[in-house]
Formats: sequence, structure tokens, C-alpha cells
Amino acid sequence: MLQTKDLTKKYFTKTVLNGIDIQLEEGKIYGLLGPNASGKTTFMKIAAGLAQPTSGEISVSGNKIGVSTKQIVSYMPTTNHLPLWMKVSQCLNWFQGAFSNFQSEQAKALLNEMGIKEEEKIGSFSSGMLGRFKLLLTISRNAKLYLLDEPLNGLDPVSREKIVQAILSTAGEHNTFLISSHLINELENVFEEIIFLDQGKVVLSGNAEEFRVKKGISIDGLYREVYRNA
Amino acid sequence: MEFDARVPIYLQIIDKIQRDIILGRLKEGEKLPSVRLMALDLKVNVNTVQRVYQELEREGVIITQRGIGSFITEDEEIIKKIRQQMADELLKNFLEGMKGLGMSFADIVKCLKDYISEEEKKDAANKRPD
Repeated sequence: MLQTKDLTKKYFTKTVLNGIDIQLEEGKIYGLLGPNASGKTTFMKIAAGLAQPTSGEISVSGNKIGVSTKQIVSYMPTTNHLPLWMKVSQCLNWFQGAFSNFQSEQAKALLNEMGIKEEEKIGSFSSGMLGRFKLLLTISRNAKLYLLDEPLNGLDPVSREKIVQAILSTAGEHNTFLISSHLINELENVFEEIIFLDQGKVVLSGNAEEFRVKKGISIDGLYREVYRNA
Repeated sequence: MEFDARVPIYLQIIDKIQRDIILGRLKEGEKLPSVRLMALDLKVNVNTVQRVYQELEREGVIITQRGIGSFITEDEEIIKKIRQQMADELLKNFLEGMKGLGMSFADIVKCLKDYISEEEKKDAANKRPD
């Protein structure tokens, strides 16, 4: 459902993505793994239509990145993208106006599960609560492709668990998740397929269970093996 | 459930379900949760649980009825077979470990007999009222 061919991104003389060839299939959860500055965030921004590739091709559901793909791609940046002065209720209204596929009812049900109240202000959130709220907004859009950039980074264990649960209950036959992370921990059993990036290149990819079968190694262990010299 | 991240997750779940059947925690004919519910409960990928159900179905351990759900088999032969398989697995590991200590089969049999009779004595001593 997402396909890239020789996707390259350069910032001036620095090559951030160096000829990426990836195919993502519908109904799967992919882990996009790699150390900082391996190109994960740049890849996601290009797929979300927020950055332009320097060369190469990328398409989602057969369409070039643009207005039509933005409708079906829901992206969660790793930094905060929400105005701090806004209340939760205002933010939900904003998203409902901005995205035709935003499901308010589902978002409200998720607020409850996440322990967030509508009258709370975004600026008053702890990092754990902000992480939960950002995820809730992202998965409340009825999208075909969810791009989550470091969804567990810097969060407390309870928030991490709630986020993993929410991801698993949203993932289905007809959507695809691409989740970036430089820590594996709670996502070890969530990823079906793994893509390892290093210095803008895919250095290894495959099915998580097959790696365990063939190598008798955890994804975390594999990560350490792949980036031993990074 | 705690997983060993080095071992395929689907094999660990199969093992857990088979153990639950042998120990009677899952009864013959009992309905299993849906694939999605079990995935959420175990916090693993839905397709991992899908694979578990497919493998168990192929072995005849569970029977899936379209639109109704998956049920534990009521065939006692299959349950016996699972128990035998799990016992064989333990025995295999045991024998490998003992052979690794340089013991012959005869040594191993003697060792095991001695050990069992010691255990029996301990059990008897524990049961005897003072």
C-alpha cells in the first residue's frame, strides 16, 4: 500500500535518505528502527507529505503523495504539534474540522480510556499525558496508513502500555502502521515486520517471527547486532 | 504472560494454550476468545495470534466454526497426544543435559531411579504426622 523506489533526500550536501526501496502491505504493523539521525523522521515526513524527496518515487495506495494521500495518511510527529493554550475539547473540534475522517465519538471514548478530561489544557499535560493525547488524535482518524514517530519515547510505563493497547485495538486488516523507534521494549511483540535504517539506507528488513525462528534472537538483540558499529 | 523475546511468540502462545488444556485450565469444548481479544490481552500482533489459531487448528487441537468461534477439541486422543509431545520435549532436554555431563544411558537411568526414590522418601516424611 506504500511503495518507494530509490527514494532520496538531501539537505544541501547532506544525504539523509539514500535510495530507499520499501513496500508496505495492508494489514501489517511495521517497525522502522534505527539510531538517531538514521532517516526515520525524514522518511515519515515525506510519506506524510510534509517534505519533498530530492529524487526517487513514493506512492500510497497507488497515488503520488498529495491531497488525496493526505486524506488517508495519519501522521504523529515525535515533537508536540498541538498549541499549548488549547483545551482538549477545542482540539477535538479543530481536528474534526480539519479532517473529514476524524471520528469524534471514538476520540471521546478513547479520552476515557486514556484518563484525559475534555476541559484539561494541553499546556498542563505531563509528557505521558501529552503522548497519550497525541496518539489518541492520530488514531481517531479513520486512515489507511498510520505513521507514528517515536510514540513511546520518554513516556512512563503506564502511558506506554496504554499506547500499545490503543495501537493494537486500532490495527486491522484494512490499515497499516509504520512505527519508528530507537527503543524496542514494549513494541517487540507488536511489530510484524521490521525495517532497519542506517545512514539513510535500509540495512536489513524482514518478518519479526522469522528472525526469531532463524536466528534465535530477539528484535532488541538483532538491533544491537545491526548497529554494533553505529 | 511474560514472553522470551528470543523465541517465536506464536510458539510460546501455542505452548501456553496446550499446557492450559493439559492442566484443565481450558476445558474440552471450551470456547476461546476471538483472535483480536486474545491479541489485546497478550499485547501481541493480531497476525501472531491468527497464526497460533491456524497451527492449533491444523493439529486438531482447536476447531473453528465460521462466524461462531474457536473451540478446544473434545477428542481425548488429541489431548493425550499433546501431553506425550510435551513430555517428549522435556525428556529430550533432560537427556541432552545429562549426556552433556558425560553420562551413559545406564548411568542416567540409575541416577533417575535414585532421585525418584529420594523424592518419595521426602514426600513420605512430609506426610507423616509428628
